[in-house]
Amino acid sequence: MKTLNVNGQPVEVDAQDSTPLLWVLREHLGLTGTKYGCGIAQCGSCTVHLDGVAVRSCVMPLAAVSETTKVTTIEGLSEDGSHPVQQAWAELDVPQCGYCQPGMIMAVSGMLNASPDADDAQIDSQITNICRCGTFQRVREGVHLAKEVAKKSKGETA
Amino acid sequence: MSELMKNPMTVSRRGFLVTTSTLGAGLALGMTTRPTAASASPLDEVNAWVHIASDETVTIRIARSEMGQGTLTGLAQLVAEELDCDWNQVTYEFPTPGQNVARERVWGDFSTGGSRGLRGSHQYVREGGAAAKLMLVQAAADAWNVPASECTAAESVISHSASGRTTTYGKVAEAAASVPVPTQVTLRDPADWRVAGKPVKRLDTADKLTGKLVYGADISLPGMLCASIMDSPVMGGKLVSFDESAIRKMPGVKGAVAVVTSQGTNGVAVVADTWWQAHSALKQLPIEWDRGPNANFDDAAVTALLEDGLDADDAYVGNWGGDVQAAFGASATQVEATYKVPSQNHAPMEPMNATALFTKDRCEVWCPTQNGEAALAAASEASGLPLTQCEVYKTILGGGFGRRGAGDYVHQVVEIAKVFPGTPIKLQWSREEDQKHGFFHPTTMAKMHGSLDAEGNLTGLHMRISGQSILAGLMPHALVEGADYLQFQGVIKEGLNPSMDDHSICYDIPNILVDHAMRNPPIRPGFWRGVNVNQNTIYLECFLDEMAHAAGRDALEFRLALMKNHPKSAAVLKAAAEQGGWGSNDGKARGLAFLHSFGSYVAACAEVSVDGDGKLSMDRIVAATDCGTAVNPQQIEAQVQGSFVYGLSGALYSECTLANGEFQEDNFHTYPSMKIAAMPKVEVIVMPSGGFFGGVGEPTIGVAAPAVLNAIFAATGKRIRQLPLKDQSLRA
Repeated sequence: MKTLNVNGQPVEVDAQDSTPLLWVLREHLGLTGTKYGCGIAQCGSCTVHLDGVAVRSCVMPLAAVSETTKVTTIEGLSEDGSHPVQQAWAELDVPQCGYCQPGMIMAVSGMLNASPDADDAQIDSQITNICRCGTFQRVREGVHLAKEVAKKSKGETA
Repeated sequence: MSELMKNPMTVSRRGFLVTTSTLGAGLALGMTTRPTAASASPLDEVNAWVHIASDETVTIRIARSEMGQGTLTGLAQLVAEELDCDWNQVTYEFPTPGQNVARERVWGDFSTGGSRGLRGSHQYVREGGAAAKLMLVQAAADAWNVPASECTAAESVISHSASGRTTTYGKVAEAAASVPVPTQVTLRDPADWRVAGKPVKRLDTADKLTGKLVYGADISLPGMLCASIMDSPVMGGKLVSFDESAIRKMPGVKGAVAVVTSQGTNGVAVVADTWWQAHSALKQLPIEWDRGPNANFDDAAVTALLEDGLDADDAYVGNWGGDVQAAFGASATQVEATYKVPSQNHAPMEPMNATALFTKDRCEVWCPTQNGEAALAAASEASGLPLTQCEVYKTILGGGFGRRGAGDYVHQVVEIAKVFPGTPIKLQWSREEDQKHGFFHPTTMAKMHGSLDAEGNLTGLHMRISGQSILAGLMPHALVEGADYLQFQGVIKEGLNPSMDDHSICYDIPNILVDHAMRNPPIRPGFWRGVNVNQNTIYLECFLDEMAHAAGRDALEFRLALMKNHPKSAAVLKAAAEQGGWGSNDGKARGLAFLHSFGSYVAACAEVSVDGDGKLSMDRIVAATDCGTAVNPQQIEAQVQGSFVYGLSGALYSECTLANGEFQEDNFHTYPSMKIAAMPKVEVIVMPSGGFFGGVGEPTIGVAAPAVLNAIFAATGKRIRQLPLKDQSLRA
């Protein structure tokens, strides 16, 4: 048994140390919003945050996640789908099939955690998720809109 | 199963009929991904398309599959348009294939492909909405004891102006269910549409942003076990043996199962408590294969097979007119070029999966499928149970692109579930399995031969296609005396084969011959988004560019001269060229392409630059679409943009190559897909000319590659005739 901190809650996990975090989340904790796409950190469908930093959970063994690391999945990004990235995605109808979008949203929100003013060059270098439907144009627009949404809500709460 | 409410089987008021013909056309049983009022009581519907709850929620039934293409929302708009309900109260559910069988296919065709989602069902879904409205109004009129003709309805409110009375759909829905079904309805002119034709938001977005949407891969049932499968690595190979004792003691492992199906699977699956355990054990399982007759087949053999057809005598003719040989003989200039397109996998983001629960008298399957009825037929065949004892519950698909029309994975999961009666089994393919066992975009070559007269007019064109036929591999019964006319998609003249008129060539070339020498390598072909227009449009549009260049003529003017009798075609081509800056003296390299397919007219103008190192940058695409009637313009825009990503991923990066009979590109590191940094800005012109419904998901994929390849020529003087581009130098 190992204790993890997932979406702000301590949870007990009974899995082998070598099990990737992706499968711990999906199969042991029932958090199926995080998707399996490739298993080799190529597509980004499995992206989650570890202490606010976007990582690809399909190649992250359980043993590498400490009890104090804050794991955030798409289910825990916001309580009600109101994170600025989720708001922007809803406003622009970004998803098509949607399967890659939890990973895309976690990658984008991770980028914006570190770079709230990320520009197109940063988007190009940091958002390397694969979307076979080809939603990239709206993803890019969505990043820029999310920046605005975040600034606006920050202004409102300030 | 918490998110999954199973509908009770609907008992048809008109009895229960399952015939061989309905089975052949594809089949299915009802599920929703979330509980709805309709689930609780399927018979309190207004009609098959519409259920309205007392809280005014309007549930619209969607028979086609949703895989990202937006058909779900478009179909709901069409029903809601005629229903005149409050769009803000609209939600959806998928009727099941089994309910469709039980109700004499009241929802029509479930299969979702060929860009037919809207264009193949707009008439009857609109009639369904219109009929429901009449019934609701009649119910209100009956209650008020006034003629229905004196009542009006809008936004879910029914009014009788003479008496000033109003009521709502939710209040009369129950009574409406027993109103006689109207025999005649009048549909609203699209010019007067209020909900359809508008860029409304998709109905299925919210749960895609929070991780709540349950895809097939996310299904969880009480007591469920998970399976990972490995099919014979070589097509036509066979499982000889495996040593289960080697993995028996691994954590969670329940066993290894030989899986042999009527669809060609011949492999082994490991079943465990979790998929990760099953997959880990499968990788450790000692397996002996008989690699079969194709064990030595490699890519050189594929190429040799295709090259053999380029000049062979056994070709059949798909398009003809005039006398090409005479044209060549009388010509001033002749041009020849040979093109090649490789095998490509669909690679949807969600790898193949299905979940089955088998008992001796029932077989239920949960799966993402583009053809719910075929999935039901597969469940019945694999389980050995009659259709009436099988059900299929469709989920939203994590991508389809044509791959999920096949039922191979349904057969597999049912075979595994039969070994564990009473225990639900979720079969999840690994990405590697998905890459090696696709239904691949057919590989073909084309030898193009054209002639010009002294004035530079195109006088003759011979297009010899050599290579793989989808129909020969998947549905040989659809061949006509051995010929696959689908092979001529986009290059066949209107009227020569009426079933192909949605994909007719719109250039009038006085002497033309298009023929096909069928050469089928041991690769399973499939319908890949765009189907045969992908390669045919590359061949035709790149070669027309070559001919225009040889004639010393402008590539736009050269095309328009051949389109004088095709005003819709000329209109989209001009629109794309004009907005794309064609003909401007700004030093930018541009390329054009045009296509009529899936009933729509589309064109693209691509703008590229190539730096001194030969690095390609696709700077801008302008794409014009005349789909006749635009049901949701913002979703058309999304589809067109996405089609460029899919088509250009194929043209730039994607190939599946064989070595020793086995596909080598087994994951995204060797089968790359376009990422955000490489995507060109795509400006979409939606220009519906009215009077028809054309497809949207596929047509523009056909112009993506040739427009870019022609722009690459403009930038570099290099003709790229063999795809993918990836390893070819563009250095000047």
